[in-house]
Amino acid sequence: MQSPQPIVNEFAITAATVNGSGSQTANMVLMRAIFQMGIPVSGKNLFPSNIQGEPTWYTLRVSQAGYTARPAETPILVAFNPRTANEDLSQLPAGGICLYPADGPWQPQRADIIPLALPVRQILDQVGVGQRLRPYAANMVYVGALAALLEIEDAALVKAVQHQFRGKSSAVELNLAVIRAAQAWAANNPSPAHHRFRVARMQATTGMMLIDGNTAAAIGAITGGVGVVAWYPITPSSSLIESLESYLPRLRPADDGATCAVVQAEDEIAALGIVIGAGWAGARAMTATSGPGISLMTEFAGLGFFAETPAVIWDVQRVGPSTGLPTRTAQSDLLSVYYLGHGDTRHVVLLPGTMEECYSDAQLAFDLAEYLQTPVFVLSDLDLGMNIWMSRPFTYPEQPLQRGKVLSAEDLAKLTSYARFADVDGDGIGYRTLPGNPHPLAATLSRGTGHNERNVYSERPDDWQRNMARLWRKHETARRMVPRPVVDLHPQATVGLIGFGSTAPAIAEARDLLAAAGIATSSMRVRALPLGPEVTDFIARHQYCVVIEQNHDGQLRQLLQLHCPAYATRLGSVAWCDGLPLTAPFVRDQVLAVLEQMRELALVTSK
Amino acid sequence: MTQAPVNAIGLTKNDYRGAPSTLCAGCGHDSVASQIIAAAFELSLQPHTVIRMSGIGCSSKSAAYFLGRSHGFNSLHGRMPSVTTGAHLANHTLRPLAVSGDGDTASIGLGQFIHLLRRNVPIVYIVENNGVYGLTKGQFSATADEGQELKHAGVNHLPPIDVCAEAILAGCGFVARSFAGDAKQVRELIKAAFNFHGAAVIDVISPCVTFNNHDRSTKSYTYGKTHESPIHDISFIPHYEEVTIDYEPGEARDVQLHDGPVIRLRKLHRDHDPTDRMAALALLEEARAANEFVTGLIYLNERRPTLAETLGIGRTPIAALPEERLRPSRAAFAAVMAELAGE
Repeated sequence: MQSPQPIVNEFAITAATVNGSGSQTANMVLMRAIFQMGIPVSGKNLFPSNIQGEPTWYTLRVSQAGYTARPAETPILVAFNPRTANEDLSQLPAGGICLYPADGPWQPQRADIIPLALPVRQILDQVGVGQRLRPYAANMVYVGALAALLEIEDAALVKAVQHQFRGKSSAVELNLAVIRAAQAWAANNPSPAHHRFRVARMQATTGMMLIDGNTAAAIGAITGGVGVVAWYPITPSSSLIESLESYLPRLRPADDGATCAVVQAEDEIAALGIVIGAGWAGARAMTATSGPGISLMTEFAGLGFFAETPAVIWDVQRVGPSTGLPTRTAQSDLLSVYYLGHGDTRHVVLLPGTMEECYSDAQLAFDLAEYLQTPVFVLSDLDLGMNIWMSRPFTYPEQPLQRGKVLSAEDLAKLTSYARFADVDGDGIGYRTLPGNPHPLAATLSRGTGHNERNVYSERPDDWQRNMARLWRKHETARRMVPRPVVDLHPQATVGLIGFGSTAPAIAEARDLLAAAGIATSSMRVRALPLGPEVTDFIARHQYCVVIEQNHDGQLRQLLQLHCPAYATRLGSVAWCDGLPLTAPFVRDQVLAVLEQMRELALVTSK
Repeated sequence: MTQAPVNAIGLTKNDYRGAPSTLCAGCGHDSVASQIIAAAFELSLQPHTVIRMSGIGCSSKSAAYFLGRSHGFNSLHGRMPSVTTGAHLANHTLRPLAVSGDGDTASIGLGQFIHLLRRNVPIVYIVENNGVYGLTKGQFSATADEGQELKHAGVNHLPPIDVCAEAILAGCGFVARSFAGDAKQVRELIKAAFNFHGAAVIDVISPCVTFNNHDRSTKSYTYGKTHESPIHDISFIPHYEEVTIDYEPGEARDVQLHDGPVIRLRKLHRDHDPTDRMAALALLEEARAANEFVTGLIYLNERRPTLAETLGIGRTPIAALPEERLRPSRAAFAAVMAELAGE
């Protein structure tokens, strides 16, 4: 085989390992070390719903162009799980490299790839790793071998190991020793696997950090003044609350008592009940859950909407229906969350698509919930919430907390009358009084039953209709307050790509691929529901729009068609959900196919 | 015209009333509501320090019929405990007074009821227990006794859930049973419950005059009046009142609550030590086996911390914390960002 020029800073690695073997730590060391060298990285953890023993894959992408979507192809395979090795090998493109344990039961049987057998046992013996730690340390052997093949700088490796083991010196020493032994072995055993891919220092990650969306949301919530958190463990949202609990003592020390109460509830019904009760009593309260939890929260979501109590609900989406695929990503709760609850219920939904938006939406959600006196949903997903992304550091908020329309006893003393739901300002939002307010006019019995402007039980048709009309007025106020879509207009484009949330990197990369195929596109990333006029403007500007989303029914497209029915036929749909984050070539191909269909249809109807 | 009497904070009984009741004439729940009003008046409760909490059902509707000057939340069926838990965490200086029914507590809400008590949210939780669904017109609830008959629902063949036994097992430190027809006992129990440091449950057999008040019902007025067997005569003595009556040794037992008030239990027919958990459970089991309608303070244990205490919430309610305590300092925030950036 001839030796071509090495590919620099533009490749991807798949590590196929056994769940529970500590391979995620090894993958993080690798990713962080390359990131330390200033090179853009991204990672996708494809893990099973299992504690130990099932197969797991980690895809690490290195991209000097800054692409962070899941790669369609990975030319380097770490085949450390004999159970899946044959299928993993079949995915490896010709010319790819396959690293595998020399002392394991499996060898690659393909002539068009480059095998590299790693003497795992020998290296662990040489370092003197004890029996208990061997399964974990074994993964550091592939880190060391790859460090040699890819020419990762030693200082970057050291920093990555130190960060990963939080400076715990014995763990740092042991893992570094294994990495260096493997590195030395690889350096002393030249093979065709050498010099095919390598990294070279860049300056593209200076000042950046690696973080997952759940941690970003947790820091945002703490910064946004969260006071009560109630939750029930569910993948992929649990780490949001666990992260919040781990950062709370540092960010908001409980010197004069805890400033945030965290309760693990008995189920998601109780979790949202606690949040609604706390919001009603004046605290900023939130919960985090995923699809099955959203189902259980339905009745309380309706109560929050109708009794007009603030609440913040994070839905870190996974694949459904039912238990579905708990450890895979999807965007299929959009419609159910927007309309969550029986009867005429409609909610405010924020749609973050970056780490900074996870952070800022966590704060904005509280401001909106308290200002609008209603539950606010934040729709994240497993890809955004649990995978590691590059981000600029977050900025400290410059605006004070927006606590909304709350009347104190002093405020009430200046009034001659008070009605909880009087639309004094014409925006559909009444003035609240908090429990504990001593003014005799303050007390009111909040309720999910029909009520009049004074919050007194009423079954009168006119009271019901008037109250609902005010709630829709409030929804229009929300429409003006939620974040605007992120739009990137191309002056010549007749095609617009529309998406939301975690598909942003795949759509951005697909636009470059489409441009290379001669198709200029604009893009719009929807940031919130209800949809605003900017969304209509974008669609109106483009002859064809393709809505790309990770669900079966094209849920965003349905909402867009309802929002601007005049342009309904301009909206094509790429709706795909197999549990994996989208890849750019897939998006390109699907968009091309949809455009083809739409053009044919346009020709037919114009005839 | 004589002036209405005022209490220690200058309020009349009227100040503790709510909207007119829309329940059936003679409903046991209205008797309980009057005793809530009387107890609040006698305790001189500041209305704004109480929140009235309820779920869904006849009993839960009655939250509108007392303490009209207190905030309240008439929430979801069986889910009042979680809403109350949230309100307690947001503002632990408020005292929740909850009314619930046997459907709300023992059927749809049994899980939330138990977890509320397990967490020891300091609530006064009154179950208005009539063994039947009223608003949906006469179905059995989970507290209906075995062999009970209802006009449309027929005969109940399943054993009842004992709200008091469940409460004791869940870790509740104040568990009482009473009868809506025994106004004085209901009132004294409510007053004692308000002064208890922790969750307090009072299971009040409160007859449904429309669907379950026939002669063979164990939750009828007739049955209650002829079968009620109080274990003691209970009086609540606020700490500021001097105790003047002397009892023979062994006749009465005083239990002091943490803030000074005293619950005086004057012995009637049997010996019962309400601070003995096993004795409390045994009493319930013996009463069940003998078809006895035992009322009074069944269990008392004030040792557990409240949920706000368990979570270390400070003196200022979370809902009243100023912005500087609800946000990280710039320095703490910068330190976390620096660490994340690997500096």
